[in-house]
Amino acid sequence: MTSGAMISGAATSGSVARLNGVGLRYGKTVALEAIGLELPAGCMVGLIGPDGVGKSSLLALIAGARRLQAGRVEVLGGDMADARHRERVCPRIAYMPQGLGKNLYMTLSVAENVAFFARLFGQGREERERRIAGLLQATGLAPFRDRPAGKLSGGMKQKLGLCCALIHDPDLLILDEPTTGVDPLSRRQFWRLIGRIRADLPGMSVLVATAYMEEAQGFDWLVAMDAGRILATGSPKELLTRTGARDLDAAFIQLLPEAKRRGHRELAVPPLAVREGEPPAITAQGLTMRFGSFTAVDHVDFEIRRGEIFGFLGSNGCGKTTTMKMLTGLLPPSAGRAMLFGRPADAHDLETRKRVGYMTQSFSLYTELSVRDNLTLHAQLFHLPRAEIAPRVQEMLELFDLKAHAEALPDQLPLGLRQRLSLAVAVIHRPEMLILDEPTSGVDPVARDGFWELLVDLSRNQGVTIFVSTHFMNEGERCDRISLMHAGRVLASGAPGELIRRRGKASLEEAFIDCLEEATGERADAGLAPAAAPRPPQPPQLSSSRSRGFSPLRLFAYANRELREVLRDPVRLAVSLLGSAILLFIMGYGITFDVENLSFAVLDRDQSPESRDYILNLAGSRYFSERPALQSAAELDRRMVRGELSVALEIPPGYGRDLQRGRVVEIGVWVDGAMPFRGETVRGYIEGMHALYLSQLEVRTRGAVSGLPAAGIQVRYRYNQDFRSLYAMVPAVIPLLLVFIPSIMMALGVVREKELGSIINLYVTPVTRLEFLLGKQLPYVTLSMVSYFGLMALAVFVFEVPLKGSLATLTLAALIFVTATTGIGLFLSAFVKTQVAALALTAILTLMASITFSGLTTPVSALQGPGAFIGSVFPATYFFNISRGVFTKALSFRDLLSDFLALAAFAPALTLMSVFFLQKQEK
Amino acid sequence: MRRLVNVYRLGIKELRSLWRDKVLVAVILWVFSGGIYVVVKGTSMELHNAPIAVVDEDASVLSARLAQAFYGPHFQIPRHISLPEMDPGLDSGRYIFVLNIPPDFERDVLAGRRPDVQVNIDATCMSQAFIGAGYIENIIAGEVGEFVRGVRGAPPPAIRLATRVRFNPNLTSAWFGSVMELINNITMLSIILTGAALVREREHGTLEHLLVMPLSATEILLAKIWSVGLVVIVTVALSLYFVVQGALGVPLAGSIPLFLCGAALQFFASASIGIFLGTLSRNMPQLGLSMILVILPLEMLSGSATPRESMPEIVQNIMLIAPATHFVSLAQAILYRGADLGMVWHSLAAIAGIGLVFFLFALALFRRSLAQSR
Repeated sequence: MTSGAMISGAATSGSVARLNGVGLRYGKTVALEAIGLELPAGCMVGLIGPDGVGKSSLLALIAGARRLQAGRVEVLGGDMADARHRERVCPRIAYMPQGLGKNLYMTLSVAENVAFFARLFGQGREERERRIAGLLQATGLAPFRDRPAGKLSGGMKQKLGLCCALIHDPDLLILDEPTTGVDPLSRRQFWRLIGRIRADLPGMSVLVATAYMEEAQGFDWLVAMDAGRILATGSPKELLTRTGARDLDAAFIQLLPEAKRRGHRELAVPPLAVREGEPPAITAQGLTMRFGSFTAVDHVDFEIRRGEIFGFLGSNGCGKTTTMKMLTGLLPPSAGRAMLFGRPADAHDLETRKRVGYMTQSFSLYTELSVRDNLTLHAQLFHLPRAEIAPRVQEMLELFDLKAHAEALPDQLPLGLRQRLSLAVAVIHRPEMLILDEPTSGVDPVARDGFWELLVDLSRNQGVTIFVSTHFMNEGERCDRISLMHAGRVLASGAPGELIRRRGKASLEEAFIDCLEEATGERADAGLAPAAAPRPPQPPQLSSSRSRGFSPLRLFAYANRELREVLRDPVRLAVSLLGSAILLFIMGYGITFDVENLSFAVLDRDQSPESRDYILNLAGSRYFSERPALQSAAELDRRMVRGELSVALEIPPGYGRDLQRGRVVEIGVWVDGAMPFRGETVRGYIEGMHALYLSQLEVRTRGAVSGLPAAGIQVRYRYNQDFRSLYAMVPAVIPLLLVFIPSIMMALGVVREKELGSIINLYVTPVTRLEFLLGKQLPYVTLSMVSYFGLMALAVFVFEVPLKGSLATLTLAALIFVTATTGIGLFLSAFVKTQVAALALTAILTLMASITFSGLTTPVSALQGPGAFIGSVFPATYFFNISRGVFTKALSFRDLLSDFLALAAFAPALTLMSVFFLQKQEK
Repeated sequence: MRRLVNVYRLGIKELRSLWRDKVLVAVILWVFSGGIYVVVKGTSMELHNAPIAVVDEDASVLSARLAQAFYGPHFQIPRHISLPEMDPGLDSGRYIFVLNIPPDFERDVLAGRRPDVQVNIDATCMSQAFIGAGYIENIIAGEVGEFVRGVRGAPPPAIRLATRVRFNPNLTSAWFGSVMELINNITMLSIILTGAALVREREHGTLEHLLVMPLSATEILLAKIWSVGLVVIVTVALSLYFVVQGALGVPLAGSIPLFLCGAALQFFASASIGIFLGTLSRNMPQLGLSMILVILPLEMLSGSATPRESMPEIVQNIMLIAPATHFVSLAQAILYRGADLGMVWHSLAAIAGIGLVFFLFALALFRRSLAQSR
């Protein structure tokens, strides 16, 4: 059965997805509640509503990226709670998550990104090349195929995301806010592109979430959502007629429950009373910012009058934020100047900062403080007089209508309220000027209007100058004057009405697009012409059979991707390779168990030739070095406490005389036992040298050998005849280094995808957990082996540590070992969510286990209790044995077989555990 | 004054955030309690439970006496093995020491022919091998001497040594290991917590909004250091009283408050190193790798693992730059030898000085990296 037949089957049944009683909660927060929905197939379905109402959660459930908690979701004719069905339909669904390029890899080029996804869907080289060429051509990305994704503009990133999503001709395309933060021209191009693709693939269903009501106007069928519930469904026209509203924005407000709408009225902005002759509040003259060869802001000029609301319109990354940072003085401009209140902006000028309120795009309120505490903390940080703080906080709570939530934590508040709180925090110190960076993105229309009412009040009634950036056109229309910005340059400035008039267009959006087309030379339908060429006939779909089982190609896709990323991070590469060499140097030379140069001093109360003879015996040894003689018991005490002396001797008065008379004399020895290892060695030395002295004395005084010990001891230091620390340390340090660096790199490799969001590709593509894990592991194993060969070369050629056994045996063991140590990183990263936690956990565990419990200093055979257990379940124990065995004992593979077997068990065990703990769906 | 108040208030905020990160709190608590306990109870650097075997080719009264002279805590009860078993036993690491008593040993001893006992030592276990060799020599000499005296009635030696070990009379390794583990954990946690927190804030872009408030970079960094530092120092104090003194029964000689002062300075210094690394790294993997590069030498070469005086002079001198080196010697002086402020002030000053230099360096870099961040 071909999937084409399946589509028509789905299309005739009329729905692509059916939801029944679906609920979802994150902890205590309810994201979705009892959703029942039937989405028509073969058309463009839009989910509309502000951020945080559950749109993304709903899409993730339909895509199978998130685990279903309650209810039933049927997609493409099967139950998404069933893993086998998910596996079957996954190649027919494409999912593009929210956020610009969230599922893309920023260091990879455009073509490499698309190729990665093609491999995940099991496409062979020829098919892949053909599809990539076709898609890049269709989206107009062909000229940029070698540019890293991180260096694309927001609009281009989204087009690239679309290419990646379309690489396998999905039957269901799911787009989560694909155009948020993209400039209007790119946005228009994006939708035309979708239109074209739908014309080519008529059976494809498209499911889109958007916050832009203008866009939703053109969709076939809409679902309006609020607070985890569905408000209404139907075609745009149906919604408009049902509510009697003139546009979707108004319709949406009409659909909201009564409680939310209360108090809402059409916003009116009273005209600004221009006060002539006043100096401008903000002046920018030729403001320019360059980062290396990249110009983020290019000669921007403007003047903003006191009390004016000035808007900055543009896409993400067009330079709005950078300009604002220069105005606040956070960034010193590369050229030009910014003046606030007639004074140059300067970050060190704390006085100016107090006159400015700034609300950043990601203004993170302190989520651990209540609303009231947040306000209080900021009041304190701005050093409002103590007596004023409480009344001012109260005033803000009332003004911003936050009184009911004063004791709530910001996380518990809806986004609209949180933005109000952010604004309250920004104005608590009564600034004369407000700089607001996209304050309303993601806020529902009612809350947005409420927010603007506050701004208008601040501007008109309190004379606060407001500089605001936005990508909502209808907000731009409310400003006194606006600047249209693109790629670091201001395209046009003026009052909104005047701009529209000048361009002869009907709306601000049209005017902006017109400016953009003029500036970039692109057309809204640019890049679409080449795609008009007929698409090649569809090759028979094999993907459903191909997606089953283990696929080396998908594994290779991940391995290849990871390797490229590491290779493009020269610092990481250098530290992992050079760093281990440096560490081998430091530790090989530095760690030594040869105890030498022990300081000693003598309290000689006898001062006879005999006592001096005894002292000379010690002082002559290379193990001891003599310090100035002691004069009193108190001095002995003091110098030992200070740690100056490792050992002190006290020779009693009458020592020489008694010795001559044949009486037994006693010498007092005080050993510093603070470091037991050293103390024990010192004691051994002293006793040994004492015995030697005694026998020499006997020989000298009696001239007889009878005093010599009755038996000799012949010590044979095996494997290391010279007893050199280096020979023992180097074979131990190499395993140590092959534990830390591979495990840390590996652990971060996986958690990084979790933290930055690209883990989503594991959830929604046919790649299996095993392929994902092994694919990620392979490059790090390779890298570790390169590092191993470097370390071996250093050991043999630079340290001249003889390798007595076979290099092949050791290399085989190293390969098994680094597979296990990277496996440890993999295993730990299956648990943790953040890179910080991965770092701390991996460092603590591997350091403790390998330094103390693997036989580096204490032989494992001498360990006891939990230590012995940890030692026996840590791979380094066995590799230490093999490394030492091969290096110093010339042992063969057969001699070490038991260690090899133990070592070989780790990698598969760790991989299995990682597979077990890694989620194939988000919880 | 205003600055101090800012630092205080921001620090309180940091404390609240830390409290909400339960995993991190659990990690901190674990490393200073269970972590120390497990490490100390499990291992010792000295000769402890050393596996030993005897190849007795004499089978005489004396050779049996020699074999019985080895017992705990230094040695395990010797295994009697045959000569062919010796090499594989050493090869596999089953035994560190193998005594070989030759045939006719006892007869040769009594005849005054001075036969040799062969002691085979696995020299790849450096620390054990060395100390063990000394012990074995003494034990054999003692046993043989006593045996001969018993038979012949020779006089006792003319000079006796009265050896007393100070500060740790029984050379209990737990006394040393517990405090050194504590020190290693302070160093490691301070670097990880501050460095990673910084990189994370930068990766997530939350550093910025602090900077638009009337706060300086110094205040932001100091607030981070004091708040996390306070938590760590309080945990260290509890750990000293309840884990080291309590559960492990280590008697601490000197003033614990003085040691805690040193620990606080040490935290400041190594946290500054952490911030320094955090500002240099562009992403978390880079930070992770550079941290390993710093923490490993700090742990292995500061004198907490092997004695400093036996390291090559150049390593000793380089390690003087590391605050941990001074802190290790300070900790040993205070906690074991009972040194007072007058005796350790130079170590305190060194830690403070090094910390200050790193802090200023980190601060300058931090300011610069903020200016460049977008």
